[in-house]
Amino acid sequence: MNTTRRQFSLLTAGASLALVTPARATPETMKESIQAFTGGKPIKEGRVKFDISLLVENGNSVPLSVLVDSPMTKDDHVTRIGIFNEKNPLPDVAIFTLTPRCGRAQIATRMRLNDTQFITAIAEMSDGTYFSAKSEVIVTMPACVEG
Amino acid sequence: MARALINVPQKAKRGEIIEIKTLMSHPMETGFRTGLDGQLVPRDIIEQFVCTYNGEVVFSAHLYPAITANPFLSFTTIAADSGTLVFSWTDNKGETQVQTASIQVE
Repeated sequence: MNTTRRQFSLLTAGASLALVTPARATPETMKESIQAFTGGKPIKEGRVKFDISLLVENGNSVPLSVLVDSPMTKDDHVTRIGIFNEKNPLPDVAIFTLTPRCGRAQIATRMRLNDTQFITAIAEMSDGTYFSAKSEVIVTMPACVEG
Repeated sequence: MARALINVPQKAKRGEIIEIKTLMSHPMETGFRTGLDGQLVPRDIIEQFVCTYNGEVVFSAHLYPAITANPFLSFTTIAADSGTLVFSWTDNKGETQVQTASIQVE
């Protein structure tokens, strides 16, 4: 079969579109990866103080910090803190593993944001309970646009 | 890998909670971007960070591509004894870079 010029350009346009549109996280995939983190256990609100800007200009670097209300003793401490997002290519951001030797359940890092979205922080306690906090961040210039 | 900046207080009182900040120079290439040739740029990210204090793990982190280039991490630890803090960053190819800092506890 002979391919006309028009057919050929349509084909290549389709192929390049497929290349630049990677899979994206959705609120559903975020729920799945949160379930994988908690093992399906119920999550309560509270105890977690999630600090992230409400409005950011540049999604390439957004500072965030999490402080969990916990005495951080051997019997009662935060074991893990997970950060999850809805609209980046992947739903996971980072998982931090803490020990009683941390003294305080406090972490800070910087993340990329591909779009305006809700970010969720979940703390796993040593007794197997989970607490969460979420925050909406409005992004005016998302990360990955120049990619 | 390249250089890391680590901020650990040189001296601390016993039992004091100290804040540790680390900044690793790394591109954190997500593996989702296309290069100039139209091909996907292969993923190159730091996946694992571990901090030990006199041989005991106090903090670790698993990072995903959503963490920025030159990943910054901040956490706390209790100044228990004078000694060494060892920081290690491992990328998705299994390469590890280690850096140390010493602390004097009074």
